[in-house]
Amino acid sequence: MSVEEKVKNIIVEKLSVEPDEVVMAASFVDDLGADSLDLVELIMAMEEGFDMEIADDQAEKLQTVQDVMDYIKKHA
Amino acid sequence: MTNDAKRVVVVTGGSRGIGRSIGLRMADLNTRVYFNYSAADSTDAEETERLVEDAGGSAKGARVDVASRQEVQEFFNHIVKECGRVDVLVNNAGITEDGLMVRMKEEYWDRVLGINLKGAFLCTQAVAKPMMKQRFGRIINMTSVVGVMGNAGQANYVASKAGLIGLTKSAARELAPRGITVNAVAPGFIDTHMTADLSEKVKEAMLAQVPLGMMGQPEDVAEVIAFLASEKASYITGQVIHVNGGMYM
Repeated sequence: MSVEEKVKNIIVEKLSVEPDEVVMAASFVDDLGADSLDLVELIMAMEEGFDMEIADDQAEKLQTVQDVMDYIKKHA
Repeated sequence: MTNDAKRVVVVTGGSRGIGRSIGLRMADLNTRVYFNYSAADSTDAEETERLVEDAGGSAKGARVDVASRQEVQEFFNHIVKECGRVDVLVNNAGITEDGLMVRMKEEYWDRVLGINLKGAFLCTQAVAKPMMKQRFGRIINMTSVVGVMGNAGQANYVASKAGLIGLTKSAARELAPRGITVNAVAPGFIDTHMTADLSEKVKEAMLAQVPLGMMGQPEDVAEVIAFLASEKASYITGQVIHVNGGMYM
């Protein structure tokens, strides 16, 4: 599974959204209906899925699907 | 039955006193009880394990300092690894270092706040993650009647117990969307090693404040905890339940 697919799967599962909603430009809060607790869970799932730690100040900046893709590709 | 199907209950400070009663009250075939203790001597812990097993349950004690983030994390990692879940956390571990506030040593303040309040925070943080995933959890914090009434000579203990009420309410609001309830139980004058140390004069004075006229037993408190931990208490969160014979109303 590619990184893109894995990230997408985690988002679909954690936010209970349809796969075709998870486009690169989608904002978790505005487009995918996530609340603050969902965001925390999403970050925790990314950390677990990619065996990495995302610091709080970095996590705050991850607001769109693209943000997360870029971050994971750079750090995982 | 697989381990996954069992209810997993963690009680801090579970080797004696109210903590032991909670383990015993929760003991059944369908429950695995884990508890921690701080004493260097493991006699009480082993006795608790044996009592819970005699009552038809299973219990496992570990020497863990709840004020240490690292030890707490390792303790809960181990439990989650072994069972795959945590259903109930009872933040019961507590100590006293009494003395008049005006002369209280800073280290007594730090030690009591560290175990009673920070310890509960660290344990709550550690279980929040698995509980959020499960979409189910019960967190119960042991506060005290003095946490709402105040008590001369216990500024540190009282501050920690009042702090636990604040932690309870904030965590309840934060975790409610994930099916996790957080409540506090406030015992009054209960017959344990903690109150056994009090002088007869103090005991008499305390009893005079209890309309029901007697000390409570650890089982009186454990019964309320067992209820709050059950499915039946699913609509109760952010509350402080008093078990004090009417000492405070």
